[in-house]
Order: sequence, then structure tokens, then C-alpha cells
Amino acid sequence: MAILVYLEQAAGKVKSTSLEAVSFAKALAQKTGEGEVVALALGTMDASELAKVGKAGASKVLYASDPRLTEGVIQAHASATAQAFKSLGAKTLVLAKSSLGDAVSARLAIKLDAALVSNVVELPDLSSGYVVKRSIYTGKAFAFTPVAKENKILAIKKNAIELSKEGVDASVESCSVSLTDVDFASKITSTERASGQILLPEADVVVSGGRGMKGPENWGMLEELASTLGAATGCSKPVSDIGWRPHHEHVGQTGVKVAPSLYVAVGISGAIQHLAGVNSSKCIVVINKDPEAPFFKAADYGIVGDAFEVIPKLTAALKAQ
Amino acid sequence: MKILVCITHVPDTTSKIQFTANNTKLDTAGVQFIIGPYDDYALARAVELRDETGGTLTAVNVGEAETEPTLRKALAIGADDAIRVNSFPKDSYFVAKQLAHIAKEGSYDLILMGRESIDFNGGMVHGMVGELLGIPSFSPVMKLDVEGKRVSMAREIEGGKEYVEAQLPLVAGCQEPIAEWKIPNMRGIMSARTKPLTVVEPVSQETQAEAASFQLPAAKGSVKLIDKDQVGELVRLLKVEAKVL
Ligand SMILES: Cc1cc2nc3c(=O)[nH]c(=O)nc-3n(C[C@H](O)[C@H](O)[C@H](O)COP(=O)(O)OP(=O)(O)OC[C@H]3O[C@@H](n4cnc5c(N)ncnc54)[C@H](O)[C@@H]3O)c2cc1C
Repeated sequence: MAILVYLEQAAGKVKSTSLEAVSFAKALAQKTGEGEVVALALGTMDASELAKVGKAGASKVLYASDPRLTEGVIQAHASATAQAFKSLGAKTLVLAKSSLGDAVSARLAIKLDAALVSNVVELPDLSSGYVVKRSIYTGKAFAFTPVAKENKILAIKKNAIELSKEGVDASVESCSVSLTDVDFASKITSTERASGQILLPEADVVVSGGRGMKGPENWGMLEELASTLGAATGCSKPVSDIGWRPHHEHVGQTGVKVAPSLYVAVGISGAIQHLAGVNSSKCIVVINKDPEAPFFKAADYGIVGDAFEVIPKLTAALKAQ
Repeated sequence: MKILVCITHVPDTTSKIQFTANNTKLDTAGVQFIIGPYDDYALARAVELRDETGGTLTAVNVGEAETEPTLRKALAIGADDAIRVNSFPKDSYFVAKQLAHIAKEGSYDLILMGRESIDFNGGMVHGMVGELLGIPSFSPVMKLDVEGKRVSMAREIEGGKEYVEAQLPLVAGCQEPIAEWKIPNMRGIMSARTKPLTVVEPVSQETQAEAASFQLPAAKGSVKLIDKDQVGELVRLLKVEAKVL
């Protein structure tokens, strides 16, 4: 018996959110007695990276090194994962919620006749049945979902579990999957990816700017603060609507939902739709010149002041320590 | 081209979420229901595509009678007709089954919906419908153009986007900036009253992951304000109190 974990890669490396999924699966297997954790890696990857998946809790990595799977071709990823799941005889698949993970897991739910629960925030409660807690209403509430199906897919939300680093290197086994032209009928013709940056949905610290930043030319100071903190940068919706920042940085109800340890909001009023994307953060710091800004009600720490004054000082104070 | 756009009926984004009946039901008192914002993008793009290619556009919702004003709004924005599957949308699988059935019966070429509903945020109905129909599915799609059978899309990925080429028929879960939200005009509102809205019964009752009860998050403590000339104190608190640095 084993739990299968679907891994995602970015530039040959396993994403940190996928490693969290491995740690979640390990704790789940201990709870349910499902045995070991086997992770599935699709596409060309750095083989030395794969062994490290063991640290997070996997005992084995199945490596389907078909280069056509390096890009996230949804249909092909779903077919390959379904085959691995069946040949392993697994009953549970765990993965991190993401752009590709959502698209792939939904198809898998049908292929595997599995109950799919998304946005899972903690290990299931097994005290009476199998009850999964998930985040709903964009972080405004939780739902308890009893699952009766034998096959289950859990798509976990960031920070559902602490990443474990105690395991040992995993054995890496090559795994062949048979894929057809139908699986590759759609083609990814090109990809645009911000390089060298920390990805927003995976970041442990996020620095976001709003309309209070006045213009794109002022983002330099936020970027400097972000790099001092090892943070990703985000923004409010109007900021990406006007084109000051790229769309993939837009945080909120209709954008990226983040769950970092620290979220720093600068010149953002804190409209309910923005808060919906950040309410899973562990700690929120708000910098706004208006003491009445609604964001202060959702914050742990706040500074009432002009961003253009406070940000350089804050960056300097962080650098000084 | 025959386009089907799937519409959710969800609480307005500013709604205060509360539950009743021993935390088993959403308290709808004072809640205003809207077309899901992502579905609104899908609908806006669907109207543009219908106008460009001269096809038909059907809006569908799985919901009880109270969702009809939301479907009428979709008609006012530009759908030609509407279908309501008469049932509470129990879970994603249940909804996907109904939508796949409607899509198959009507031989739709393009099935659009939002990337996720803003109530349960599952983000899985598009993929399930695609797999049930045996056709490709994509999400979150931020650009979608159709030329004959060829569909060119941009799909958002973490930190960027990828460009995808595919063939009709397909399913797409949409998000901004695929199109600008459309506000119904007077003529649209008038004509929506007489456009056909058909009610059908569900084809299956099967569910997979229906929520049984709900919980609100613990209330947040109040904010600790730090003087703007004491940023060093903020750094200290983040380190020793919040322990996030
Ligand atoms: C259906 C729907 C979905 C939406 N989805 C989202 C979403 O996903 N994400 C999102 O962000 N928004 C979303 N919105 C928009 C949201 O309602 C707000 O309009 C938006 O978040 C406001 O952005 P902002 O805070 O940057 O700008 P503003 O509201 O204009 O706030 C600017 C803030 O900057 C402060 N400020 C100005 N100058 C300075 C200075 N020098 N120093 C410090 N502070 C300063 C001001 O006091 C003010 O609080 C959505 C809206 C709707 C209707």
C-alpha cells in the first residue's frame, strides 16, 4: 500500500509546495496506515533533486522522464498520473493546489472515480469516518467534508502542514507510461515566466503594493524591501489592471491567493476582495497613510505613515540587523 | 459555433459569511447573489465570440428557482437562451455531471465557465466536464481566440503564462483579462424577460465530496500600531513576537 504524490516542477526543480504535499502524504499515511509515500515526477528533471524528495517524506520517486511531459500538458499529465496510481494500487493521491494541479486533479477525479477535495487545510479527521477540512468562501470559512469513496484525491492548500526535512534520500525508479497522440493533441507553443524571482503562490514572505504607490516607477523601493526579506512581490487588482505590474502578481479574490508567513501591504486600502486573497497569511503588516484604512482591521502590525518615507527606513532597519 | 457558458449563483464578494441551522447552511439573510466574477469574465468573452462568429450562446446554471434572476442577468448581458438544472448544486462532481450531460445533448463546441466558483473555490468543474466528455480542458485561461476549429489560448501559470493551441470542442475555465465585464443595458434587460429559460431535472444524484458542516475562522486580534519613526521596533516585534523573520 502507498499514497501517491503528484509532483510539479519549475525549471527542473521540484516545487516547494509539492514537497509540502509529500510531507502531508507522509503524515497522512502514518494516520491511515496506508504505508509508504511514493512521488511521481513527470518530464525531464534534475535526478539529484529527485532523491531530495525523500527528505520531505517519500520513500520512492517514480520518474517518468518523457521530455514531452516537462511542460504541463494537462491531458497528458492526467493520463500519466492515472496510470501510475493504478499500477501502484494506491487509493489516495495527494497534490499541491496550483494552476496545473487544479486542471490535472479534476480530470483525475473522473479517470480514477475518486472523491476530490480541494483547498485542504489539515490532515483528515478519522474519528468518525474520513472528514476533510477545507477552506471555502476564499478563506472566509471552512467546510467539513465527509468522504466515503474508496479512491481519494486531496489537493492541499499552502501551509496545510509543516515541511518535514527529516527523511532520507528516496530511491529513484524510472517509470514508463504509455501516452497517445490524443494526450498531446493540444500544444504549448511558448511560455513566459518571470525568471530569478520567488514565485508568489509559493513565497513565504510577500511584499505587495497598491494604488498608494502612485506609479510603476516607485516599485524599486518595494523590490528592494522584498529582496531584503527574501520575499515575492504582489499587488492589488487596480495596479495590475492599469498595467503597473504584471497580472500574475495580482493578489486577491480574483487573483492569486497567498498564504505566506508574513504579508506586507503597502498603500493598499484593504478592500474585502483584496483581503480574501491574503487572509490565510500568518502575520500581516500594513503600511498606509490613512489611519482609517480598512486593512488595519485585518492586520497584526501597522504603521500609519507615508510609504515613501517608511519603506526606505524599514529596508534599512532590516539590513542593519 | 455553439457556445455554452456555465454560470454560478454566488454571494457578492463583499458578503459577510455566516451560517445557520447548527452550522450546516449558509445564512442568506442580507446576502446579495451575483454571477460569479470569473463566470462573468467567461460570459463576457462568450458574448464577444458569439458576435464575431455568429453562433449561439446558451447560459446554464445548476440551481434552485431562486437562481433565475442570475440567469436572467446572463440573458440581459447577451446569452440567447438559458437552461436551469433544477437542483441545489451539491458538489463539484454533481454539477459537472449535469453540465456534461447538457453539453453533450446540445453538441456545444465551446464550453466556458469561471476558473472557480467563489463560494467553494474548488476550481475543478471545468476539468471534470472535459474528462466526462472526453475533450480537452484548460484553466485558468486569460486569453481565448477562435479561428475555425483552432483555439489559441493563454493560460496563467505561477509567475507567468503559457500559450496553448488546441482544437474545438473544448472546455475552458476563464479569468481576467480574457474580456471586460459587461454591464447589461436597458435593451438587454427588456429582451431578457422574453428570452427562453428552460428548466430541466438533474440526470444523476451522485455526489463525491458534499460539505456536511461549516466553521468560521477564529477572530483576529486587534492591530498593534507602531510609530512611523520607530520602524526598528517593528523589525524587533516581527522577530521576537511574531517569529516570522
Ligand atoms: C468582484 C470584484 C473582485 C475584486 N477582486 C480584487 C482582487 O482580487 N484583488 C484586489 O486587490 N482587489 C480586487 N477588487 C477591487 C477592490 O474592491 C479594490 O478596489 C482594490 O483592492 C483597491 O486597490 P488599492 O487598495 O490598491 O487602491 P485604493 O483603494 O485606491 O487604496 C489605496 C490606498 O493607498 C493609501 N495611500 C495613498 N498614498 C499613500 C502613501 N503615500 N503612503 C501610504 N499609503 C498611501 C490610501 O490611504 C489607500 O488606502 C475587486 C473588486 C470587485 C468588485
